[in-house]
Amino acid sequence: MTIDRVLPTEEAGDLLDLATELADNELAPKAADYEARREFPRELVRTLGRAGLLGLPYPEEVGGAGQPYEVYLQVLEILASRWLVAAEAVSVHTLSCYPVSTAGSEQLRKLLPDMVGGELLGAYCLSEPQGGSDAAALTTRAVRDGDAYVITGTKAWITHAHDADYFNVFARTGGPGPGGISCLLVDANTPGIVPQAPERTMGLHASPISQIAFDGVRVPADRLVGEEGAGFSLAMRALDSGRLGIAACAVGLAQAALDHAVGYAREREQFGSPIIDFQGLGFMLADMATQVSAARALTLAAARLRDHGRPYAVEAAKAKLFATDMAMKVTTDAVQVLGGYGYVADHPVERYMREAKVLQIVEGTNQIQRMVISRSLAKA
Amino acid sequence: MNIVVLVKQVPDSGSERGLAGDNTVERQSANNVINEMDEYAIEEALRIQAAEGGEVTILTMGPERAAESIRKALSMGPDKAVHVIDDALHGSCALSTSKVLAAALGTLNPDLVIAGAESTDGRVQVMPHMIAERLGIAALTGARKLTVDGGTLTIERQTEEGYEVVTAATPAVVSVWDTINEPRYPSFKGIMAAKKKPVQTLALADLGIEAGEVGFAGASSEVVEHAKRPPRQGGQKVADDGNGGAALVEFLSSEKFV
Repeated sequence: MTIDRVLPTEEAGDLLDLATELADNELAPKAADYEARREFPRELVRTLGRAGLLGLPYPEEVGGAGQPYEVYLQVLEILASRWLVAAEAVSVHTLSCYPVSTAGSEQLRKLLPDMVGGELLGAYCLSEPQGGSDAAALTTRAVRDGDAYVITGTKAWITHAHDADYFNVFARTGGPGPGGISCLLVDANTPGIVPQAPERTMGLHASPISQIAFDGVRVPADRLVGEEGAGFSLAMRALDSGRLGIAACAVGLAQAALDHAVGYAREREQFGSPIIDFQGLGFMLADMATQVSAARALTLAAARLRDHGRPYAVEAAKAKLFATDMAMKVTTDAVQVLGGYGYVADHPVERYMREAKVLQIVEGTNQIQRMVISRSLAKA
Repeated sequence: MNIVVLVKQVPDSGSERGLAGDNTVERQSANNVINEMDEYAIEEALRIQAAEGGEVTILTMGPERAAESIRKALSMGPDKAVHVIDDALHGSCALSTSKVLAAALGTLNPDLVIAGAESTDGRVQVMPHMIAERLGIAALTGARKLTVDGGTLTIERQTEEGYEVVTAATPAVVSVWDTINEPRYPSFKGIMAAKKKPVQTLALADLGIEAGEVGFAGASSEVVEHAKRPPRQGGQKVADDGNGGAALVEFLSSEKFV
């Protein structure tokens, strides 16, 4: 379905047209095959990078497109509506440029054009096997040894673990708690980095995620991003932006499920009528459509706060919570609209439903989002 | 190398298309796009430019709306464009179109003219030949591969049986099929840059052509009437009650498919 969008500039319209063309021609027709093969679409992501879609919110001076989050998120939504894996790759990669772009030294910032331009693919190593939500308790260590840090530990749930060119690794350089955590930019081919076998995930099959073992990985000290001990706050700020990205992905995924369900319900006839004409189904679709629009509005409202330099962390948490819970409900209902056909892989809605689940978990579980929101209420 | 690419705006072949009341292609209400084959011509020109240097110019003849397709073409990377636009051009036949395009090319002095082998609206496939004839230069048509070696152009001309190797000296006109390359997508930066690239507009008077020589007035051919393609028939269902195979063979044989 065509979404009527109010955009801040004419160039934003051009950008969304380009994203739509790429999504329709390059992503949608190829998604099912890559998913079946469980193969990461590295070349397709490179195509998105060459088109300029991998560094949209970053300044033009470093090779980005200088776009507000409001516009970037709508590009993500369009990509997600054709293939969540591609949108997630863009979201994770965009996030992976955040630490260097905001806190990197002059020397590290020289790497930004290749990162933002999409020639290099990035990843983010924060979670660990024993701790995801309690990120401040991470145990991976980075010990200073002369002009280098030596990283030892295991990171978990790493998107692009096998395909990334660089990792943002959050490791403990000091004492316990958030103040002891630092961020290091690590080349993926550094000796001692051992990505493990891909997890057997419920969805996102074309984007394998893995644990990565860091076995005495020696990283030059000038790869420290920001100050020692500043890593945790950097990670949390990046996550605020990342949550908006996941919210936009959820809106796109839910829109895809809604569109498919509506198309089916208009064609499918039972008892002599298209099933959309039965109120039970028609009202269900109406609720789905309303929820998608509401999630889109909430997500873009939070993005506009960010674009205007206002505090947006709590609104980003609300958007992530609402949009991903909405996507779970809408994709589940889309399967219901298709009945038995929704439960088989000939239609994409069962895949949408499996994919929606992960969005309630990543970039902070929805329980963590509720914690962020409720704490802000307690303080207010 | 100075390369000019001929680009035509056509109604999207994937959408509903038709003819207007005066039997010309309906362009006002159509969803108009760059003729698909022309995108391959642009890509080929950009690849040659990357290897040989020089300049790539887009040349379009068409109404005001064609400017959208010119910007789209420029967003892929060409340097500038020329848009021939004149109300008197409406209704032009292939012959008079070639006259206009040849005159415009005369102002650009190209070493190489690249065109798509056909447009999806007219489908006459004669424009490259006509232009080459008018300019008195070689026409290398139907290329699936183009090699540039100094002032020598060599193409592999796609045929039904295989291909022919044809060579000519520059300047020349080359037309290409969609087997020649894979056109690039414009980048967002390319789209932004295209807004600032120069687009020169030329009227018939600028080319020294009288209004009466082109358009309906100068047309050598005329579409007198047209009718919509009849709707597709329902087809013939063969129920397999044991002799389905024989019935299929009988059908295929009666239609002379086998």
